[in-house]
Amino acid sequence: MQKLSLRQMKENQRGVIAAVRAGGELGKRIRDMGLVPGTEIKIQGRAPLYDPVAIRLMGFTLTLRNNEADYIEVMVED
Amino acid sequence: MSTTIALAGNPNSGKTTLFNALTGARQHVGNYPGVTVERKEGFYVENGLRFKVIDLPGMYSLTAYSLEEVVARNFLVQEKPAVIVNILDASNLERNLYLTVQFMELGIPVCIALNMIDAAQKRGIQIDADKLAGLMGVPVVATVARSGQGTAELMQATGRMIETGEPKAPLVISYGEDIDEALAEMEQEISALAVDSEFPARWLALKFLENDEQILEMCKTADPALSVKLEKIKERLARHIAGTMDTCTEAVIADHRYGYIKALVRQGVVSHHQDQDRLFISDRIDRVVTNRFAGPLIMIAVIMGLYHFTFTYSGLPVAWLEGLFGWLGGLTEAALPDGLLKSLIVSGVIDGAGGVLGFTPIIMFMFFGIAILEDSGYLARVAFMLDRVFRSFGLHGSSVMPFIISGGIAGGCVVPGVMATRTIKSPRERLATLLTAPFMNCGAKLPVFALLVGAFFAENEARVMLLITLIAWSGALLSAKLLRSTVIRGESTPFVMELPPYRLPTFRGLLIHTWERTWQYVKKAGTIILAISIVLWALMTFPGLPDSQLEAFEQQRESLHAAAVDAVEAELLLIDAKEAEAALRHSIAGRIGTAMERVSYLAGFDWRTNIALVGGFAAKEVVVSTLGTAYSLGEVDPEQTGSLSATLASDPNWNPVVAFALIVFTIFYAPCFVAVVCIAREAGSWKWGAFSIIFNTVIAFGLAVLVYQLGSSGIFGA
Repeated sequence: MQKLSLRQMKENQRGVIAAVRAGGELGKRIRDMGLVPGTEIKIQGRAPLYDPVAIRLMGFTLTLRNNEADYIEVMVED
Repeated sequence: MSTTIALAGNPNSGKTTLFNALTGARQHVGNYPGVTVERKEGFYVENGLRFKVIDLPGMYSLTAYSLEEVVARNFLVQEKPAVIVNILDASNLERNLYLTVQFMELGIPVCIALNMIDAAQKRGIQIDADKLAGLMGVPVVATVARSGQGTAELMQATGRMIETGEPKAPLVISYGEDIDEALAEMEQEISALAVDSEFPARWLALKFLENDEQILEMCKTADPALSVKLEKIKERLARHIAGTMDTCTEAVIADHRYGYIKALVRQGVVSHHQDQDRLFISDRIDRVVTNRFAGPLIMIAVIMGLYHFTFTYSGLPVAWLEGLFGWLGGLTEAALPDGLLKSLIVSGVIDGAGGVLGFTPIIMFMFFGIAILEDSGYLARVAFMLDRVFRSFGLHGSSVMPFIISGGIAGGCVVPGVMATRTIKSPRERLATLLTAPFMNCGAKLPVFALLVGAFFAENEARVMLLITLIAWSGALLSAKLLRSTVIRGESTPFVMELPPYRLPTFRGLLIHTWERTWQYVKKAGTIILAISIVLWALMTFPGLPDSQLEAFEQQRESLHAAAVDAVEAELLLIDAKEAEAALRHSIAGRIGTAMERVSYLAGFDWRTNIALVGGFAAKEVVVSTLGTAYSLGEVDPEQTGSLSATLASDPNWNPVVAFALIVFTIFYAPCFVAVVCIAREAGSWKWGAFSIIFNTVIAFGLAVLVYQLGSSGIFGA
């Protein structure tokens, strides 16, 4: 197991959210959408300019900008 | 009297479809007082039930960060609907329940509509509705809003809830020992003082811990002493959580709320009969549609398609309306004696009403086209693909549609473009788009460009037109950046956005959506536009020429009659034109234009150009016809500018530098007043309407002076 930021994940890679380091509105929005520790996610793809990133969780697809993904730590299999 | 119920749920849960299914055509769209959030209400009358249904804005949570959420929350606590009908996307139960739990914590009775149950079943998701109802302690009805399945049962369940009318105690979730303890302590403090009985005490305490600005502010004003006490408890808790768990209170609260939901769902509510990672049709479409190479190409095709749809297909009804108003004008022209009344009715009222209604087909087609893209889910993909580009300028991926419709592809219209900003959910990005979209080259600016390019740049026509488009885009993007780092400065709104599965829009939903928006425009904006067009008419008409001058023109005519008969017709027309020129110069608009000459010479504009530009505030193509009047050519048809073009080309006051300065000025200066009215309405304040007039004109003048001064100094060898 290895911890990295969501930005560093590759397409189709899976992981489990370890922590969300953002506060304020951004933190609230991220958590409201179900990105809380323990949630399983998969990188669905990236926009043509590599930003934002689309992730799959709990049966739906969510998009985040890379600089927002920086706040999210994910545990991934080696 | 009918009981009020509220319809609430996540975006993309089929809320609007359910609302349409329940209320049919019996609905009304308005705004919440003082804000631009739409308030939709309608009536459900069936099976002996009669409810007033309020469609709350779509939301994921009940924070105070977005206007939609604050409005919804205020509505729930102040107007206290008897029941919240909470619509959930059955394929997305956990995330949708996050909002449900917050409603229940607020203590308002909830009735759950488990919507799109058919789509969930197709995805192999089986939901035990009875079990969910038992665990949550609320009625749960499976529905398919699109076909109306389950809606009658849903309303019956709602009716039963209202009948039994037993008050619901707010749901209490455990947020872990530390927080629970703090909550209990705060609750005691609050109950002892009863700051505000509208909210349950525990809910207030919880929001206080979540740093909810609205609640913090409320406590501070209502009872500063209590606020200080609560603040102390909050800080102590925050320190403790940071020390022991290395995180913040808000995060722990969200964790527990989701934990509560996950635990509940795992008790056999949901069972999966298929591999959860299977690629559904929607994902397979996305493989192509958001592909690095195919995606942008498809997007360009779709945008061009929308543009074509909005402006080409609306052409026919626009022509009918123009024909109708032309005919009405002609009728009045013939029926009334010459004079002010006739001028007022023909040029003020009929032209004004024609101006208002002339936009309606375009607005209808735009809303219809955008609604298809939005309801199908494609618009979210456009925002996803373009966000990186627009974010650099402080805008949002969704800003592209308003720009394109406003004239990003030369020939659009700012009025529907400005209305298309409703698809942008981030307030600051939306305002910046709203204020910069008018820089795009709308169809009414094109005759002005055609006139000037034809007269001075005929040999480079295509290249200059391309340059004009590029100037408009870079001007719009750079001024958006400027606005976002000055008057609308602030963090970019988080892009955390759902990519909903692709869905076929319902035709009925599209029609209702289009009709409501268009009607709103005619009703609200239309009346103001009509009033302003009468004011503009007065500006161009009053004061009339003094009698002595009128007599002079009359004498000229008479002397002509006395002289040779040959070419009298042409000469008479010339005198008419001279009279029109004199009248225009004598009017208030003319005086403004003449007075401004002292400043405008910096950009190379004389009084004639100034008057034409003042006239352009009515509609940009009026620049051409007014310029015609000012050059004694009579009324110039913006489509036929040959003689005016020749006049300008041979006039010593004109040269390519002046022409280019005027082109630049036309791109940027104040939007026409119809657009200004719409900007003010969309931004929710006349302040922004006034701002767009001043800001744009200042930028336009600055750039025009720059072009003229640099051009005349011979730097470009001109």
